[in-house]
Amino acid sequence: MAFDSFSAFLVMGGHGPYVWACYGVFFILMVAMMVWSVIRRKAAIESCRRGYELQAGRSEQQAVRGSAASFTRVNVSHD
Amino acid sequence: MWQFFHKLGSPKWFFGIATRLMPWLLAGGILLLMAGIVWGLAFAPRDYLQGNSYRIIFIHVPTAFLAQSVYIMMAVAAVVTLVWRMKLADVFIKAVAPVGLVLTFLALFTGAVWGRPTWGTWWIWDARLTSMLILLFLYGGVIALDRAINDEKSAARAVAILVLVGVVNIPIIKYSVEWWNTLHQPATFKLTDKPSMPADMWVPLLLSVLGLYLLFGWLACLRMQTEILLREQRTRWVKEYVMAGRG
Repeated sequence: MAFDSFSAFLVMGGHGPYVWACYGVFFILMVAMMVWSVIRRKAAIESCRRGYELQAGRSEQQAVRGSAASFTRVNVSHD
Repeated sequence: MWQFFHKLGSPKWFFGIATRLMPWLLAGGILLLMAGIVWGLAFAPRDYLQGNSYRIIFIHVPTAFLAQSVYIMMAVAAVVTLVWRMKLADVFIKAVAPVGLVLTFLALFTGAVWGRPTWGTWWIWDARLTSMLILLFLYGGVIALDRAINDEKSAARAVAILVLVGVVNIPIIKYSVEWWNTLHQPATFKLTDKPSMPADMWVPLLLSVLGLYLLFGWLACLRMQTEILLREQRTRWVKEYVMAGRG
């Protein structure tokens, strides 16, 4: 250890505020950037998934409509 | 060789490699960075001239070093984008520019806070500090230009040209402490010389530089994957990947 006690470590010979401000900002920004990047990746996957589901829903609808038009018409009650 | 080059340009291939590399990059990066910082903060001897304020060096030098080498990597990717039209190179530039911006800001901020007790001022308009500020604006410019152009291909080309023009700034930052009179001290590490500080100071510094490099690698992989997913969402492999992750 370069310091005699924990309080001496915090004070840093009068330079404590400068040193700890630097390390604080460094950690906050690094962690924020890492977390934000992970969240963005998850959001990208989620938006892709929603796109596929929307697409799947649309083509299903088209398939139903298409078959109704080309085949014998079947009346189905929706009540 | 050409096959390797071709593979390197394949987003799908890169995606798989990145997934396998990322846990190692993250674990190694955090471990090395923490080791360097704890060693530097608590165990390294105090500087006879600057006292304990010099302990800021263990984050100032890594962020400043990374800020510049990320820009150089972006410049290499810009050449690849312009010459070979490799999509992955453009994805890289887009993914890491914000990381470079944050690193440059951190280098400037820690430098200013370190300058206060050491030089007696937060900021002066000397060559090293001003050229670093220009680097910050270059990163900002790259991000803004990319967002301003909707078409993916023209955005890639415009951004690549801006990155290449801005690369002039890198040697200016590097040699500013030798060409001009400046308050900033000369480079801490030189490839040709032995370090000018005791091992108890430069070993933790080297550890934190390497750690931050690995963390940057992790961030780059993660952010490139995000970009690839969005760009390639019409391909079958992305669809399979996304839908498999659900169940």
